[in-house]
Amino acid sequence: MSALSDNALWRGTARVMGVLGIRGRTLVIAIPMLWLLVFFLVPFLVLGRISLAEAIIARPPYSPLWERGPDGALHIIATLDNYRFLLEDALYRNAYLSSIRIAVVSTAFALLIGYPIAYYIARSPEPRRSILLLLVILPFWTSFLLRVYAWMGFLRREGVINNTLMGLGVIDEPLVMMQTDFAVYIGIVYTYLPFMILPLYANLVKLDDALLEAAGDLGASPTVTFFTVTLPLSLPGIVAGSMLVFIPAIGEYVIPALLGGPDTLMIGRVLWDEFFSSRDWPVASAVAIVMLFLVVAPIMWLQSVQNRRELD
Amino acid sequence: MSEAELAADAKPWRDSAAKPFISIRKLTKRFGDFTAVNDVSLDIYRGELFCLLGGSGCGKSTLLRMLAGFEVPTSGQILIDGGDMSGVPADKRPTNMMFQSYALFPHMSVEKNVAYGLLREGKSRAEAYARVAEMLKLVKLEPLARRKPHQLSGGQRQRVALARALIKQPKLLLLDEPLGALDKKLREETQFELIRIQETLGVTFIVVTHDQDEAMTLATRIGVMNEGVIRQVGEPREIYEEPNSRFVSDFIGSVNMFEGQVKDTGAVARVDTGDLGVMQALGREGLTEGQQVWLALRPERVSLSRAEPAATPGMNTLPGVVEDVGYMGHMSHFRVRLANGRMLRVTLSNRLRDEDPLSWDEAVFASWPASAMRVLTE
Repeated sequence: MSALSDNALWRGTARVMGVLGIRGRTLVIAIPMLWLLVFFLVPFLVLGRISLAEAIIARPPYSPLWERGPDGALHIIATLDNYRFLLEDALYRNAYLSSIRIAVVSTAFALLIGYPIAYYIARSPEPRRSILLLLVILPFWTSFLLRVYAWMGFLRREGVINNTLMGLGVIDEPLVMMQTDFAVYIGIVYTYLPFMILPLYANLVKLDDALLEAAGDLGASPTVTFFTVTLPLSLPGIVAGSMLVFIPAIGEYVIPALLGGPDTLMIGRVLWDEFFSSRDWPVASAVAIVMLFLVVAPIMWLQSVQNRRELD
Repeated sequence: MSEAELAADAKPWRDSAAKPFISIRKLTKRFGDFTAVNDVSLDIYRGELFCLLGGSGCGKSTLLRMLAGFEVPTSGQILIDGGDMSGVPADKRPTNMMFQSYALFPHMSVEKNVAYGLLREGKSRAEAYARVAEMLKLVKLEPLARRKPHQLSGGQRQRVALARALIKQPKLLLLDEPLGALDKKLREETQFELIRIQETLGVTFIVVTHDQDEAMTLATRIGVMNEGVIRQVGEPREIYEEPNSRFVSDFIGSVNMFEGQVKDTGAVARVDTGDLGVMQALGREGLTEGQQVWLALRPERVSLSRAEPAATPGMNTLPGVVEDVGYMGHMSHFRVRLANGRMLRVTLSNRLRDEDPLSWDEAVFASWPASAMRVLTE
């Protein structure tokens, strides 16, 4: 009975779609497209519009997009002042540069640490792989904040690391690790490492053993084989993993706020301060928009590089 | 005179004084409880095209991989041109391998794939690419030098793999099912292409295959493997005509097998097969009266006639009924039911256009000379 009515419903829908000239494929694509439109494009446009407004003390704290003048004509109020302000004030430039630097260095370290781990897992016998992968994902089952706090426990003046080293007599005075860039690097690399390992693993596990044997057979030592065969073939995995680390790292707020010092300048913190401390929404929006382009630019570039490689 | 002519024409394996080029001595490989290769000893001579033939899991690929250096033998020794290969890694061996899957580097063009081995030797790029161009000419791939492997057909990939394996002029080329991935027609063409290249370069080839036609066409000698053991080594003709066991005679081509006890030894051995009577077969040394033996008879050695042939010495004749006829064009396959109900497989070549071919249910006489029948003791 229900199957019958389902069937009728389905056929009815299909007929309506046919009349409207919509194909099933369009409908399937429409759902994610609609999702992206509502939850990405619309907020982005709102943000863009606020970034062109002026900050006022009101609710909401920015000027409206248009206003009727005394003559009754419609004036559109839009200004690029906020963007100009970002350029003029060295704070923002430094924050962007420092964010990019921290994200690049963290990504590089995540790659250096993640690649051997992913390689090791991919080369392990099959039953062991799933256990190792589980161990990689396991930290996600506890709260992110908790894990960052745990690192504070390690890095503190009286923390595990300092106590151990002092106890062993390696150092006389506690090392200053908390509230430094070093702690921020540790936090970011630790948090985002699985995002590096998983795509790399997915790539490396597909690597055909016969290719490595062929390289060896043709006279390549294991090291040469790695650099001429394994590494170039894992490039898509490296790109994917680096993206997944770089993008969240550049806008990271919690880690620099908890582990970083007062001079750890990251754009996520600047953004927070503008929105909540200064309540300057237009400048905060401009900061966000610029950051979006800073993130999008390298993705577009990598995409085009990859497309070109595939065309070869 | 090239080395290749030496091997194919001079047949060094027939000369007990000839020095083998590759010596495999008591080689064993175990994976846990499973013995893949069991105490194999084998000599291969310079310029040979040696085929290791066997079903899947018989240990032929493991043997090849030990020669290449991808597997470490559990025990035993491999000598190549006098040099002991124990402990020598794959990248230091004077061998190259053509992989069953070809294992072409997907991120490199044809040219770069072929040049890979030379560049690892430290050859200059100019020298390497000059040699690559020559090699691509040999395998007829010059116009495709810049293509990537995924832009090539199966046959073209096979030739890239061959070129890449040959470019370093290895002393020994190992080929793992080199024609396995090609369709039938391409395979036949490529077989002769392989022989041409092997004879041009004079490299010693060891080919692993499960395809007996391929082995018969390619090989100077064949080693038939089963369950980790080499059952027989010989020229294709020997393997077919003088199999040393029921396994080999059954594995190569099709065969009728009769069981019996030796009655008489001599130039013509007489064997009592019970309800099919006494059969005459080609005698061989070492037979004793009453010994349990098997008689192997190839289907194409039997003649069929409607009238009983005149009794001649050394001729076996049995009456039967045609049960099945398979007309193949160039030949016909028959299944003849003998008096005891057993089927006899017979293949007749259709040399003449037969106006009145044998048909179903006809009473016939199957006959064959004693020389057509081989006595097997195991």
